[in-house]
Order: sequence, then C-alpha cells, then structure tokens
Amino acid sequence: MGILGGQRRFEGSGEGALPHGDVGTRVAAAEGTPRAEQSVLTSRRWVTTMLTLAGASLLVMIASLRFGTEEIGFVDSARILFGALRYGETGIDSLGPSSVILLQVRLPRVLLGFMVGSCLAAVGVGLQALLRNPLADPYVLGISSGAALGAAVAMLVGFGKTVLALSAISFCAFLGGLSSLIVVYRIALSYGHLPIHTLLLAGVILNAIFSALIMFITSTMNPNRSFGMMSWLMGTLAAPDYPALIVLTVYLFVGGLILFMQTRALNILTLGEESARSLGVEVERVKKTVFFTSALLSGAVVSVSGLIGFVGMVIPHAVRMMIGPDHRLLLPASALVGGIFLLAADTAARTLLAPAEIPVGVITALAGGPFFIYLLMSRKGGLAR
Amino acid sequence: MTTSSKSGTTPAYKVTQLTFSYRSHRDRSRSSEPEWSLKGLTCDVGAGEIFGIVGPNGSGKTSLLKLLAKVLRPQTGKVELFGRELEGMRQDAVARTVALVPQDGQQIFPFTITETVLMGRFPHQQRRGSLGGFGWEGPEDLRLARQAMEETDVAHLAHRLISDVSGGERQRAVIARALTQQPKVLLLDEPTAFLDLNHQLEICAILRRLNEQQGLTVVLSSHDLNLVSQHCDRILLLKDGTVFRLGTVEEVIQPDVLETVYRCEVLVDRHPVSGLPRVTLPSRPAISMVHRIER
Repeated sequence: MGILGGQRRFEGSGEGALPHGDVGTRVAAAEGTPRAEQSVLTSRRWVTTMLTLAGASLLVMIASLRFGTEEIGFVDSARILFGALRYGETGIDSLGPSSVILLQVRLPRVLLGFMVGSCLAAVGVGLQALLRNPLADPYVLGISSGAALGAAVAMLVGFGKTVLALSAISFCAFLGGLSSLIVVYRIALSYGHLPIHTLLLAGVILNAIFSALIMFITSTMNPNRSFGMMSWLMGTLAAPDYPALIVLTVYLFVGGLILFMQTRALNILTLGEESARSLGVEVERVKKTVFFTSALLSGAVVSVSGLIGFVGMVIPHAVRMMIGPDHRLLLPASALVGGIFLLAADTAARTLLAPAEIPVGVITALAGGPFFIYLLMSRKGGLAR
Repeated sequence: MTTSSKSGTTPAYKVTQLTFSYRSHRDRSRSSEPEWSLKGLTCDVGAGEIFGIVGPNGSGKTSLLKLLAKVLRPQTGKVELFGRELEGMRQDAVARTVALVPQDGQQIFPFTITETVLMGRFPHQQRRGSLGGFGWEGPEDLRLARQAMEETDVAHLAHRLISDVSGGERQRAVIARALTQQPKVLLLDEPTAFLDLNHQLEICAILRRLNEQQGLTVVLSSHDLNLVSQHCDRILLLKDGTVFRLGTVEEVIQPDVLETVYRCEVLVDRHPVSGLPRVTLPSRPAISMVHRIER
C-alpha cells in the first residue's frame, strides 16, 4: 500500500537521544533555507495534497470494484454504474447478474470500507492530539470495545432488526464508546499529565473487561446468533444496505466537519492544556467536542463493522511522517488515507482466499500490530517517562 | 504598542485577596482540608514594569503566574488586567494581552520552530473569526513570527524540530511564540532555570530590550535572587502563599528579610558594577542560624 514506504526518519542529529517523544521524526528541512514560510502549511499545499489523495482514493475505489470472486471489467463496471445512474433501479435488471453483484454487493461494500477507514483514522488523529499521545487509537484504548459492548447489549435486549435497528444499536455503541473514553481519560489524568504507558495500560484493562462482558453476552445467545456476533466482532464489512450507508455517510461528514473545525485548536493543544489555555484555546470546550465526536464516530463505525483495529493509530502516524503534524491537513489527509488503507485491506480480505473471506479486522491487526510494536521499540527511552 | 511610563496610570495587574488551591480542583471528593497554594494574596503590577516574583519552593510563584494568565481559576478573589476583570474576559482576549512562558513545554509531535512560533497567532486568528480548520497564516502572521524569531535569535533554527534543539534554544523559541501573541504583558515562569550562564544573560538582555523599546510589562518568577535584583523594578517576595514583602529591590533584598523567608543565612553586599544588592550564601552553613529562625 506504500503507507510505510513514504516514511522518513530523522536520526543521529547532534542532539542524539530524542526527548521522551520522538514521534513523527519528520525530516528537518534542508539547510540553508531560513525563510519562515517554507515549513508552514499553505492553502496551496493543502489543496494539492488533498486533491492528490482524493484522486488516489478514487483510483483505489475503482480498482476495488474490479476485484472479487466475480471479475468485472472496468468497461462493464462503468457501463453498469452509468446505467444505474441514468435509469435508476429499473436499469439494473437489463444488465444481468454482474450488475447485481456490482451494485448490490460490491459498490456498497467499497463505499462502506472507505468510510469506516476514514472515520477510524480521523478519530485516531483527534484522540492522539487530545491525549498528546501518538499511540492513541480507539481500538487500543478500549473505546471500540466499549462501543461493541454497547452494541452487543442492544442486540441482546433485542433492538434487533427493526427499522430503527441501526440507530438504536449505534446509539448504544456511542454510549459505550463515550463511557470508556471518559474512563480511560480519568485514569490517565489522575497522574496529572498523561504518561503513555498509563494510557495504554488503561486501554488494555478496559479491553479485557469489555471483552469478558461481550463473551458473556455471546455465550448466552443461541449458536446461530452467537456465530454472527463473533464474526461481527472480528471486524467485517459484509455488504450493508444503502440506508445504513447513508446514515454512516451523514455521521462521517458531520463528525468529520466538527473535528475539522477543531484542528487549529488541536495544533495548540499538543503543547499541553495549560499552554493551550494561555494561547487562548477554550480547552474544555474543544476537549468535550472532540471526545463526544470521537465516541459518536467510533460508535457508528463499530455498530456497522465491528472491531477493526489499528487503523486509527497507524494511519495518522504514517501520514504525520509524510506531511507533518499540522492537524489542519493531517486530519483530512488521514481520513482519505485511512479510507484507502481499509479499502485495500478489505479487497485483500475478499480475494486472498477467495471464495472464502478473511475478516478484515484480522488483516488490519496483522498489518498494524507489528507496526505498533516497532513504534514501541523505537521509542525505548521515551516510553518510560 | 505604546510606550507607557513606568508609573503608568492603570496598573497592568491589580490582584485582590486571591486564594487558590490545586486540591479542591482536582479531587473535590476528598474531604480533607485543601492545601492552599495562595491565601489571600493582594498585589499590583505597574504597566511597563519588570516585576519579579521570588520565594521558596511551594510558596505559590507558579500558581500566581498561571492565575494571572487565566490558565488557572482562583477559588476567591479577583484579578484585574488593565482595569478589566479577568474572570469576565474570553480566553482568547486574555491571550491577546498576556503571554505566558511556562517552565516546561515538551512537544511530542514533530512541529518545527516556525510552526511553534506561529501558534502565538492563534488568539488573533480567533478574533478574525475564521472558522476553526479553515484559515491560514497570512503574510502579517509570518512577518510577526519572523520578527519575533529574530528578536530572540532563533531565526536560523526556523526549520529545526522544536524537540531537537537544546534547552536554551527551546526556551528562546517559546519566548518568540509568546512575543508573536503581541502581548502587553509577558509572564515568565523561571525563564532561566536549567540554562547556562551565557543563555541566562541572553534571555535577560532580550527581556530588558523588549521592556525598554516596546514598553512590555514583564512579570517573571525565579529562584535566582541576583537575577531578580539586577533586572527587576519591583520584587514580590512570597512565603506560604501570601505576600511577605512587596517593594523595590532595596526594600526586599535585605539580609533579615531573606533569612526569615528562606531560613538560612545570607550575605548581601553590592554588585561591583551596578551597585545593586547582591546575595551570596556563606561558605559554611551555620547550623545555629536555622535554630534561631525556627524559634
């Protein structure tokens, strides 16, 4: 995917051991260019980067439409898509089985994969800035499993497959995610600042507790439902229906916009809460907004796609290495790259062992886990602040 | 920025009966009596002054500075900034008037020095009303940032990561960030702690120049009594969260005053060049001295 290909490490400068947090280790710009404008984010750089990434997203989406158990060529795809756009539902039947596969199965799945990846990456960016912790991620911190528990409870109680299904389960997932986020934050805050290991430990413990509760709920279900539950927990992008997609789109856009509005304040918040306040940031308001929105997005994502790990950590990290830490660009760029990454992972999940399918959560964990360990190892001194 | 006289009409700060405790903020549930960091502190800072805050560890220096920047909120009492009550001011309005240079500012994300300095423009960008994410640093912002970086001599480090430079350079970059806020008052928490002699001198020179040329009011806390006596117009000596002595250098830097507050013997003579009081510790600590003061 080239996600790791672009990383640039900056090592062995005179200052040697980087203080407790060498994170992105961006290359300090070339010598002999002391003009202040050069390293600063400009609207031109923003637009170029975003357009490039948007173009890449589109290409990956088109490519993903092609792959699968049934190969559908680009020309056919285009014909089917334009046909559907022009004639609506009635146009579908005239184009045969491949159009049904494309429009009813593959397209919604591609869109879902992209949006879930975007949401997770955007939430990761927000949480990392807020907790001043480059390893923060909704999955690692137990927010996703909190949301999953909420959703599982909702399913158990039987909000099940009604018209309101999505919103009821999503709402419970949101509540679960928000409460675990608050717990994690409280635990970490009790030390005054937020040491990285405390935060990670808090996440580990929460994950353990929530997993146990989810297991318990699963064990009380009948085998049929518990199987569905298990595969959902492993992270799946099984074809959703269009209404569910529309709801998620709304979530993503509204949530993403709210997060985007905070990005300049998030830049300042990386200095620490007190410094941020002295620079005029209404810290409490920004914090609440980001927490709330993150929980909402995590809840929405988990309720449609289960537990998909590490996207929220790996993507912002890799993007930060490539384009710098300015959140005004980092957040939207990570959202697009996150979408691309999950889409690619899901395409791999669909095709590697076709016709069998690997849960996409397995793929992201296998890709993200080692990356996480690498980050931990490369920060040795820093971790034990 | 107007050059205000040292005996300006409206004081920069008027602090009345300020009480503050960390305890009751953080764990309100614990029933034990809160430990007061400040108890009923009253003082004022004149516009255009260099104002020093000294006192033993835990006497409330840092708390006071943070209260002056509205980073912390007092339990009771009030702070007036150029005649306006701080409590009623928006955070960004405060940040357009007051800049704080905190003691430790670790940055874990790879921001460059330029990016860090430009963060000082945040309160002004807020006023322009640009929506959160949208809005770029304009030419004026860049000009101010560059000017501040030249002022504090970090312009040549513009593209280095803030986490990669030395302590002195980082401190200067943070001062540049504060200047980019275009403040009328600059608050500094132990600006010279952990710096070597050369850098201490540099920081002091920068502060004096800004004070003289732009009429910037400077409030700094320090453990270095000599630094304070050489550079400050007035000194606030804190003890256990209250004012022990507030006055000119001559009034505060006196052996008996310092001995009572710091509980150790000190020698005060004259600086050979400036003629101002100079504090030295005796070569051997006198044990009997401690007992005398305890009593």
